[in-house]
Amino acid sequence: MAEKSKELLRVDDLAIIYKTDLETVHAVNGITFSLERGRTLGLVGETGAGKTTTALALLRLLPERIGIVTGGSIRFDGEDLMSLPPTEMRKIRGNRISMIFQDPMTSLNPVLTVGDQIAEALVLHGEGEKARDKVVQAKVDEVLSLVGIPPTRKNEYPHQFSGGMKQRVVIAIALACEPDLLIADEPTTALDVTIQAQVLKMMRDLKERLDTSMILITHDLGVVACTCDDVAVMYAGKIIECGTREDLFREGRHHPYTVGLFGSIPDIHSETTRLSPIGGLMPDPTNLPPGCSFSPRCPRCMEICRTTEPPETTDGTHKILCHLYGEGGRSR
Amino acid sequence: MTGPRIRKNEVPLIETVDLKKYFKTSRGMLHAVDGVDLKIMRGRTLGVVGESGCGKSTLGRTILRLIPHTSGDVRYGGESIVGYGKSKMREMRRHMQIIFQDPYSSINPRMTVSQIISEFMIVNRTYPTRREIDDRTAELMDTVGLASRLTDAYPHELDGGRRQRIGIARALSLDPSFIVCDEPVSALDVSIQAQILNLLMDLQDERELTYMFITHNLSVVKHISDDIAVMYLGKCVELAPSKELFSNPLHPYTKALIAAIPEPRLDACLRDSDIIRGEVTSPIDPPAGCRFAARCDYCTPACTERDQEFRDMGDGHFVACTLMDG
Repeated sequence: MAEKSKELLRVDDLAIIYKTDLETVHAVNGITFSLERGRTLGLVGETGAGKTTTALALLRLLPERIGIVTGGSIRFDGEDLMSLPPTEMRKIRGNRISMIFQDPMTSLNPVLTVGDQIAEALVLHGEGEKARDKVVQAKVDEVLSLVGIPPTRKNEYPHQFSGGMKQRVVIAIALACEPDLLIADEPTTALDVTIQAQVLKMMRDLKERLDTSMILITHDLGVVACTCDDVAVMYAGKIIECGTREDLFREGRHHPYTVGLFGSIPDIHSETTRLSPIGGLMPDPTNLPPGCSFSPRCPRCMEICRTTEPPETTDGTHKILCHLYGEGGRSR
Repeated sequence: MTGPRIRKNEVPLIETVDLKKYFKTSRGMLHAVDGVDLKIMRGRTLGVVGESGCGKSTLGRTILRLIPHTSGDVRYGGESIVGYGKSKMREMRRHMQIIFQDPYSSINPRMTVSQIISEFMIVNRTYPTRREIDDRTAELMDTVGLASRLTDAYPHELDGGRRQRIGIARALSLDPSFIVCDEPVSALDVSIQAQILNLLMDLQDERELTYMFITHNLSVVKHISDDIAVMYLGKCVELAPSKELFSNPLHPYTKALIAAIPEPRLDACLRDSDIIRGEVTSPIDPPAGCRFAARCDYCTPACTERDQEFRDMGDGHFVACTLMDG
């Protein structure tokens, strides 16, 4: 095999719609990003921005017939994921790319013990013949201690665990096969801050130990600041700003939506009492406005924004999709 | 609780005295609220923070007598309300309202927006004619920022932020003086969260409302509160004016809570030493002594021997911790 390239995942101009008899939802509208080995990409945005849809598409888990990829490509480790037959895809799923779902309360099977659920993932990916095998059980113990759960608890059921512990179990299942890429969809949103801090620290440590790349989906810029190397901000199915962590959090040129997101977060250090929220609501994805989809809510909206799609401005690793920074509004 | 606006002998609007709420479970007594003393002055906001299961929602509901208390006292304007009978309590409820956490399950999906908002006014017969109720409903919708075209819309047609606005309009409909806000923004997106927080603060200024703001999010509570009470397993462990609590937290639990907030800035990354270990212990028949002792880095034998006294550290700052002894 040739030397591993640095780039693990490359998504080009990906577009996804959800089509029902009544309407067509434009969930993802042409996004491009790449992820290098060993790095963490934060996918930030509000409900309906298309973050989870993107993640599901990477695993080819979009609902059949309704969720349709209308364009673009996904290359994982040099392979085109979109053209793989289902059997090949099944080998990648859970084995090389795995996912942590948002709600730990509902993503575990309530009638199976925690140990059995981890063993199931291992057996399905050929780590052993049966869940009772010594090899499999040894691995289950190893994974559990990795996420900070004493292996003696493997015969307990999910309801015997607290929320934070359940999320650790979900992470253990996702990491059981030592994937190259871990997609974490709001892994800490349902947890208390103190437990969130514990889980985030654990994920950071594990990522370093196992050299896993990660896509972290979140709406919390604070979580991004302490875990991600790269950040992509999504709005209405588009990546409107992306770059390294430093690019995003440093003062300078930013997309008005990113500015709005920062303004909406209550800062524990500031003395001001009023927040500066973004007015209005996310546009209806079945009926996106022409031009820039943020234009109806944008405080710096210009005439051109309502008619023409914004160009991409690049400054090193920092990319912004906005007319404000384009050269006189000319595209690219 | 002192502040520049408080006169010395003013009676607090809401006061709890050694308020307790225990739930009987098959495994023993669950101490949800275990001896809480709080005072909220008229026109002020008391933030109540803590992790899930610390009893903050139960405290709010017990104060409103939505659930019966076990012992202790709740006073409204200096008068004890725990002995009130049904009809007197119904009268009382006009002055005390609640905004619930989940705007998806706290409003009736079969009623239209205007029906939901006007329901309390009809039940309480606050206005003699239907017309006045309709006018008042329209006025309330305007106050909370709901467009009049939504009058006949059903909740499922609206997003979370708008639904929460319905909940707020409904709570305001009887002109209450005290509102318990039970995590009103935690189910909402950040940009919408900020809109709702600003709305709540504007309403407070206009109507001299008194809030008890329950949340697990310390940064939200700092924003909106005058004073903050930190709860842990049914007990209030620290109480201080908002600024003071953040600049000078005394209880180890408060410090850990503040340290656990992920901040959206480059230099602020969680240090491993700040991460609190373990999880909340069981609230069922808890042992004597400090409830936080099992997770505390500064735990001494004295911590588990006896209950901690709620000590006055001056300037309205109270803390229950042995570290502050002597």
